[in-house]
Amino acid sequence: MIFLRLFWEFFKIGLFSVGGGLATLPFLYELQANTGWFTVEDIGNMIAVSESTPGPMGINMATYTGFTIAGIPGGIVAVIGEVTPCVIIILLITRIMKKFKDNKYVQFAMYGLRAASVGLIVVACLQVAKAAFLDTELYSATGSLTDLFSIPAIIFAVVLAVVYVKTNKHPIIYIAAAAVIGILLKM
Amino acid sequence: MKELFDLFFAFAKIGATTFGGGYAMLPVLQREIVEDRKWATEEDLMDYYAIGQCTPGIIAVNVATFIGARRRGTIGAIFATAGVVFPSIVIIMIISAFIHNFAEYPAVQHALAGVRVCVCVLVFSAVIKLAKKSLIDAGTYAIFGAVLILSLFTGVQKFVWVIAAGIAGILIKVLSGKRSAESQGGPEK
Repeated sequence: MIFLRLFWEFFKIGLFSVGGGLATLPFLYELQANTGWFTVEDIGNMIAVSESTPGPMGINMATYTGFTIAGIPGGIVAVIGEVTPCVIIILLITRIMKKFKDNKYVQFAMYGLRAASVGLIVVACLQVAKAAFLDTELYSATGSLTDLFSIPAIIFAVVLAVVYVKTNKHPIIYIAAAAVIGILLKM
Repeated sequence: MKELFDLFFAFAKIGATTFGGGYAMLPVLQREIVEDRKWATEEDLMDYYAIGQCTPGIIAVNVATFIGARRRGTIGAIFATAGVVFPSIVIIMIISAFIHNFAEYPAVQHALAGVRVCVCVLVFSAVIKLAKKSLIDAGTYAIFGAVLILSLFTGVQKFVWVIAAGIAGILIKVLSGKRSAESQGGPEK
């Protein structure tokens, strides 16, 4: 039964990958080696498509893999497998949190956790900024500092930031506009 | 029933506009869930992110499950999760069925370069808003700084820092509580 197997394989990936989409990668390589359902080149392709389409990367990869192996039902089964452990665990945590939310030690821990969350989001943001604003390849080729920074991207970011603060519309509008501007300016 | 569909559509919107990891959905999440629908507070979001770093699975799904469960229990969690994965399923299937080498099209590359810049700006401004609610005193600034520096300059898994930050939170509060209790001469609350 290919669908049971698919469900089970992605259930395991969902259960054991902690901390975001790229954490599923080692599991995909293992799945490839064990089943031969897809090739190593397929994995490269999956990453490229997952990164260039909206949606959580882990879900994109599960859909792509399931669909490659067993069509539309395959994609759906793989996604259900991947999210099932996550949903069960969070539902359990919600129950526990409800019970202990007035406990002072839980509140003290949350006080620390929130600060850590802000730190980790800033780190993630800096990593995207590196990809968006720095051209490390060109820099290592020429060694010129003016080649390290992508000036058009920086100007675009400043303009966007000013427009966003002034207009404060729904974030989706700016994301869509940025895609169009990216194409028009050949960024 | 109406709220279940609202959960589905709110999270479908979030799933359809998130480029990158779980942090990239923060601006849309903040708008849709905190500001427009008031389903959660900014502090709640930071709790969910912290817990999402330490539990298995995808952070976007963790957050959807948390908020769905809070609104309408288990069935709410299922609707919210279905919403957040729905756009991915549709978009990826269409692309892999009909468009080969999708990621190599120049237009796709240019659009993504623009989106990356935008996500950066949006996440950064979202983080400033969130920081006001989560970084409230010297202790939280110290934890924030330590997590930022340690995760930038070491390769240790992120959940380690989250757990350490939770323990640090308890220690800071307990120690400062003792000190203020001593200085006031009153019993600890």
